[in-house]
Amino acid sequence: MKVVIVGAGIIGASIARVLSQYEGLEVHLLEKCPDVGMGVSKANTAIIHPGHEDDPNKYPLRAKLCVRGNRLWHQWAKELEIPVKWPGELMVAIEEEDLKTAEHYLELAQKNGVPGARIIYREELSKIEPNVNPDAAGALWAPTAGQIAPWEAVIALVENAVENGVRLHTETEVRGIRIEKGEVKGVETNNGFIEAEIVINAAGLYADEISKMAGVDGFSIHPRRGEYYVFDEDAGPKVTRIVHQTPTPITKGVYVITTVEGNLMIGPTAQDLPEEAKEDTSTTKEGLDFVWEWAQKLVRKLPPKSKVIKTFSGLRPEPPDGRWIIEAYDDPWGFVNVAGIRSPGLTSAPAIAVYVVNELLNGRLDIKLTKKAKWNPYRKSMPRFATLPKEKRQQFIKTNPAYGNVVCMCKEVTEGEIVEAINRMKRIGIKTITLDGVKFRTLSMFGTCQGSYCRIRIARIVARETGIPLWKVSLKGKGTEYGIGDVKVLLRNSKEEKKNAE
Amino acid sequence: MQNDYDVIVIGGGPAGLAAAIKAKEYGLKVLLLENRDVLGGIPLQCVHPGFGLHYFKEDLTGTEFIYRFIEKFKELGIEYYTGSHVMKIIPVSDIEKRLEVITPQGLLELTTTTIIYATGARERHIFEIGITGHRVAGIYTAGEAQTMMDIDGIMPGREIVIVGSGDVGLIMARRFALEGANVKAVIEIMPYPGGLTRNIVQCLQDFNIPLYLSHAVTRIEGKERVERVIVSKVDENLTPIPGTEREIECDTVVIAAGLVPYLKVLEKIGVMIDPATKGPVVNEYLETNIPGIFVAGNALVINDLVDYVVEQGEWAAESAYLYVKNQGIPSKKWRKIAKGRNIRLVVPHYVSGDRDVMIYARVQKPEENVKIRFPEIEKEVKLPVVRPAEMVRIKLRREEIKKAKDKITMEVVPND
Ligand SMILES: Cc1cc2nc3c(=O)[nH]c(=O)nc-3n(C[C@H](O)[C@H](O)[C@H](O)COP(=O)(O)OP(=O)(O)OC[C@H]3O[C@@H](n4cnc5c(N)ncnc54)[C@H](O)[C@@H]3O)c2cc1C
Repeated sequence: MKVVIVGAGIIGASIARVLSQYEGLEVHLLEKCPDVGMGVSKANTAIIHPGHEDDPNKYPLRAKLCVRGNRLWHQWAKELEIPVKWPGELMVAIEEEDLKTAEHYLELAQKNGVPGARIIYREELSKIEPNVNPDAAGALWAPTAGQIAPWEAVIALVENAVENGVRLHTETEVRGIRIEKGEVKGVETNNGFIEAEIVINAAGLYADEISKMAGVDGFSIHPRRGEYYVFDEDAGPKVTRIVHQTPTPITKGVYVITTVEGNLMIGPTAQDLPEEAKEDTSTTKEGLDFVWEWAQKLVRKLPPKSKVIKTFSGLRPEPPDGRWIIEAYDDPWGFVNVAGIRSPGLTSAPAIAVYVVNELLNGRLDIKLTKKAKWNPYRKSMPRFATLPKEKRQQFIKTNPAYGNVVCMCKEVTEGEIVEAINRMKRIGIKTITLDGVKFRTLSMFGTCQGSYCRIRIARIVARETGIPLWKVSLKGKGTEYGIGDVKVLLRNSKEEKKNAE
Repeated sequence: MQNDYDVIVIGGGPAGLAAAIKAKEYGLKVLLLENRDVLGGIPLQCVHPGFGLHYFKEDLTGTEFIYRFIEKFKELGIEYYTGSHVMKIIPVSDIEKRLEVITPQGLLELTTTTIIYATGARERHIFEIGITGHRVAGIYTAGEAQTMMDIDGIMPGREIVIVGSGDVGLIMARRFALEGANVKAVIEIMPYPGGLTRNIVQCLQDFNIPLYLSHAVTRIEGKERVERVIVSKVDENLTPIPGTEREIECDTVVIAAGLVPYLKVLEKIGVMIDPATKGPVVNEYLETNIPGIFVAGNALVINDLVDYVVEQGEWAAESAYLYVKNQGIPSKKWRKIAKGRNIRLVVPHYVSGDRDVMIYARVQKPEENVKIRFPEIEKEVKLPVVRPAEMVRIKLRREEIKKAKDKITMEVVPND
């Protein structure tokens, strides 16, 4: 049976991995960007939520799959060597009266089966998190909360899925879905028709458009923007826990976290944008000012603004009423929606994937799936030279001198790692090697200087390894090339224009 | 036990090369470590003139200037590694520092009596100067754009807006214009230009490139590549004034918003940093608070002339020589150089009165017809003008320094 998954974000990639366990499936993972995980899944808070934020009566799927997803990530992260940590989360009640809100969420935690959640008060709070605002009244403490490297999660899932037989098609945009007699026959793409009996829509912000192509109308997805500040890795004081505040009717406030890479990060905002703004990942002064103002209330002290190394924004794919649309249909048979996966989508991804396969494919559509006798659950992470013990480093350089050449000084990333990232991209079938792809795999250009020193050195390596001219190396594909030609291109062009005019 | 080296110089730009050459001439056992594949540092990519007027009494391009140092360095047979990176410095004792170095030849562990840290500076990027908007292609720091054009021979873009009117921004404006690009504007947040007057004339006016003073680029917009920037007037607090926004269409933004000493490895071992220079606090030997670790060039303070950088390199080499000879710098009665009126930064920070010392300083704002005054030692130097763009460089004589008790204030006062 042929299956097409539309979209290689965390959801599509998770589904691909789960499907790769089964016999007799030919799974095609389609992604319109040159690389995987470049949509919603790359820019978010990257928290593995404990599961106390969703009311099970209002959002049954979100409530159930979040808690399950949280649990599954322990196993998945281990198998796939994805950077995670489990620091626990504090929903801080700044004023006495906010404790009532905290208690409300404690109730939800109990309903949803979140282990270990309880209310703590000022004294214990400042012990658990020394950098929290010392005037805060207390907090809801949820020890099972975790954090993950979201882009590496997608990359790891896809690497593992491809290893187990899934085929990745990048730069392949689904433009239509062929349906005959109420049954799915395949998808039309910019690279031609791809046959499939099952089409799973995991297209993130564009899932409404894909769904329309299958004739399943009736919902639209609008972007809700979240903006962030990231501080330099040496900037502190950092927080140990995930810190945010009890939501108010006006705002959910923001998070203060230390990312798995070790940077203090604050955000996000929640700004609803019109439906057509699905690419507007810009930052704004108003948004960033909001983040700063609210983060300040949560902690003792923020580092100075001069220690900010990056600001960015992400877009949440908001479905109507915030309800995830995870469904299969009788007509068209074979079309499966996994749409509007807003937060806690990253947390829930493993559970959503299992749900889609068990409840929808196996259950609802009655497709009999049997597990392969041999399936490899493991994936090795990229070597991070800077963190290796001395003997290991020596050994790496001996076998490949490129590991002795530090290209990105801030994050101490070597040429060996850059080349390994490029090779891994090629191995999963990526056609255009982008600088963003290298960046998210190696964490080069992620440090204090944000690539002002090393971007050109990395571009040179990409040009060499892929045999294209340096100026054609792109940040994220077509239209984002590093340069416009050789250094005389403008003079030559204007000379030619003059000649032609004569 | 004997150390592997008397001095290890980290960084192979003008400061490092000058230091290594001088140290070798003093008879020290020297090793130089450079991260790039070639020696030379930033001047390699500077094809414009203005280098060496003081040092060689000649007007050279950066490339010509640095070539003379590289040749001399190689003539002297000084040991060096390119493609190397210092991961760690361990100050074992006053007379032993251990370095962990990565090179394509393998991991090295080296010991040395002294270190001259000459790693230069890094460039400030869009996030540090608070530009919001889209993170698209077509945004470069000035140094990156310069490397693209003059090392790699590729053109970054067609329609250029330059952020910052320091010398780097001005030189890049001209460099783009010379290759046929349309330089739409140079945007400067301060009410006065950041670069030398001769560069305003030769790089902007000669090419009809407009300079907007008291303006800031607040936002970059575009889908895949830059399509426009939003520019606002700023008030006296440098805050954008609402209602003054205007758009400039362009496909390239070049950030030339200043440099910051690049000190990653030093910061990790607790070297004291001066918030004004963003470089280390040093005494008259250019020695940091860790004995035997000296700093020179843009890693010490952002200089506007390569000649000063070389001067500091040679100065640090002499210090290393004295340190090796005497097994340390004897403790002294230090006098602090204090910042008075209209002085933004000054190095070195401490002087003793045992030797003459060159003082480098920058003012906060331009002022005409002034005196630089050191009240405690009754010294005055008249200057027709001082500008933030131009370092003030004054020698204090040892007998002058001795007059002060514990501090020497440096201030700018009107000359009446
Ligand atoms: C600001 C913010 C903060 C968040 N914080 C958290 C958090 O802390 N914890 C948490 O659990 N969740 C969080 N989320 C939610 C989480 O990020 C999302 O739920 C999740 O990433 C959604 O993944 P996805 O795979 O559905 O979407 P995406 O990652 O967008 O994947 C969809 C993919 O489909 C591709 N595509 C679209 N159209 C087509 C087409 N026609 N043909 C082919 N490919 C196509 C896209 O290019 C994209 O790569 C946050 C989200 C945001 C924006």
